[in-house]
Amino acid sequence: MNIAKHLLFLSAGTILPAAAQEAAAEKLAALQTGVSSAQTSGDNAWMLVSTALVLMMTGPGLALFYGGLVRKKNVLGTMMQSFIMMALASILWAVVGYSLAFGEGSSILGDLRYVLLKGVGGDPNGDYAGTIPQQTFMIFQMMFAIITPALITGAFAERMKFSAMLLFMTLWSFLVYYPMAHMVWGKGGLLNAFLGGSVPCFDFAGGTVVHITSGVSALVCALYLGKRLGFPAEPIKPHSLVLSFVGACLLWVGWFGFNAGSALGAGALASSAFVATHLGASAAVIGWLVAEWIQMGKPSVLGGISGAVAGLVVITPASGFVTPGSALIMGFLGGLVCYFMVVKVKNKFGYDDSLDAFGVHGAGGTLGALLTGVFATNAVNNALKDSSGNPAALGLVDGNGGQILNQLIGTAIAWGLAIVGTLIILKICDMTLGLRVSAEDETEGLDLSQHGEEGYNLEA
Amino acid sequence: MKKIEAIIQPFKLEEVKEALKAIGVDGMTITEVRGHGRQKGHKEVYRGQEYQVDLLPKVKVELVVGDDRLEEIATALANAARTGKIGDGKIFVYDVAQAIRIRNDERGDAAL
Repeated sequence: MNIAKHLLFLSAGTILPAAAQEAAAEKLAALQTGVSSAQTSGDNAWMLVSTALVLMMTGPGLALFYGGLVRKKNVLGTMMQSFIMMALASILWAVVGYSLAFGEGSSILGDLRYVLLKGVGGDPNGDYAGTIPQQTFMIFQMMFAIITPALITGAFAERMKFSAMLLFMTLWSFLVYYPMAHMVWGKGGLLNAFLGGSVPCFDFAGGTVVHITSGVSALVCALYLGKRLGFPAEPIKPHSLVLSFVGACLLWVGWFGFNAGSALGAGALASSAFVATHLGASAAVIGWLVAEWIQMGKPSVLGGISGAVAGLVVITPASGFVTPGSALIMGFLGGLVCYFMVVKVKNKFGYDDSLDAFGVHGAGGTLGALLTGVFATNAVNNALKDSSGNPAALGLVDGNGGQILNQLIGTAIAWGLAIVGTLIILKICDMTLGLRVSAEDETEGLDLSQHGEEGYNLEA
Repeated sequence: MKKIEAIIQPFKLEEVKEALKAIGVDGMTITEVRGHGRQKGHKEVYRGQEYQVDLLPKVKVELVVGDDRLEEIATALANAARTGKIGDGKIFVYDVAQAIRIRNDERGDAAL
């Protein structure tokens, strides 16, 4: 684009015959079209790959990660809770979810302009991503609307009715996810730092929108549903850490689509987010394992992969705003804090957040959202301009300490919405369908009682 | 006839099989079992939740032998299965009332 402008200036400033001027202008126009089409192709290619990567995080990534952590009688039921979101949340998103999140409505919720994806086609939506088809942007965001509710399932694993879970997830999408996504990422949203929000909150890929909402809702679910039968007196061991290991590694790889894809293009910002994401995960693995090795005497594989996920969660809101060095610090802290939440706090209070959706996503998301206010810098992301058109100071490291307060407000809103919304939804599900399977079904396992099949028929 | 029932460490199974083969024992039944005697189990920790695992994997070897060969075979088996540490297992010997070869209805020692 800069070259084209330069050429335009040259041609306008040079005295040429009218015919030659016209020919030059035509060439210029063709050149501009070519450049923008090349950028669209490049950006769109990366965004479609990113979209597929984010879907891979839910299935098989999260499904394997969670599936391995439960007992073998619940492996299918647990995987199904993630998998079904790939169908249910997708349809909701296409019908009305995308519109409620990204339609320009109030500061809380979008309007109905994109219902049934009306007008969402090959043309870019300049407000969100000017170089890719809006359809690409829409389906990229759809993958976030799938994995976010799926994360919650870790809290009520091994005991929730499938029917109640479907109703819960549907209502949760409307009451918690769409409003939060709109507030942070939608045009005119209350917390949108780039599109006219009154409380500018930085959330590059979903610290508040994805991890705080799902993690805090998970805690509410764990408290409301109560403990699994026998917890914690009877051993409830993961039935296959091998599955969990594969799932966690798929999550790690998929997260590059989640975070680097949130650059909404294939430029330098995507590379920066990619690097920050990877280093955040790496540092958190070390953080978790160091804490565990010192306190428990052994560095466990489950600890290592849990640390990786914790680091990925913490770096998510910051990934497009922070330097590699900051990412290492954030990741390491994330590993330590999430270790402390999962191993110490949960066991002290005794709530049965079965697969640690709160300990990792709620705690990690909160830490990440707040630290983004510390480490965000315009040396990495200069998209936000001040009144004189220069890159605005972003976080504390840029001298903008007030950003931490904005992040705190965004975090508080996400917590509040998640708590209130989830309580209301649980009450509705409880009164209509009932939340928990019967004690008999729980003992038999979700695979047989909810789906009529077993995960492992090794004698077959 | 006597039945020898030996509970041994799983990793000693190959050595036991070899030792018995070497002295001409050509039949036995193997079962994977779990149990413990004086050997304590081990501790497993998953995200800070500790579990004491008491029942450990063992292998049960069963064979029926003639009275005259009992001492020799039991000794060979014990020698092969021994590490000298707690958890090596035990051997139990039972009287057997009858043995019948299903294929041809042979009885007693001839059926072994």
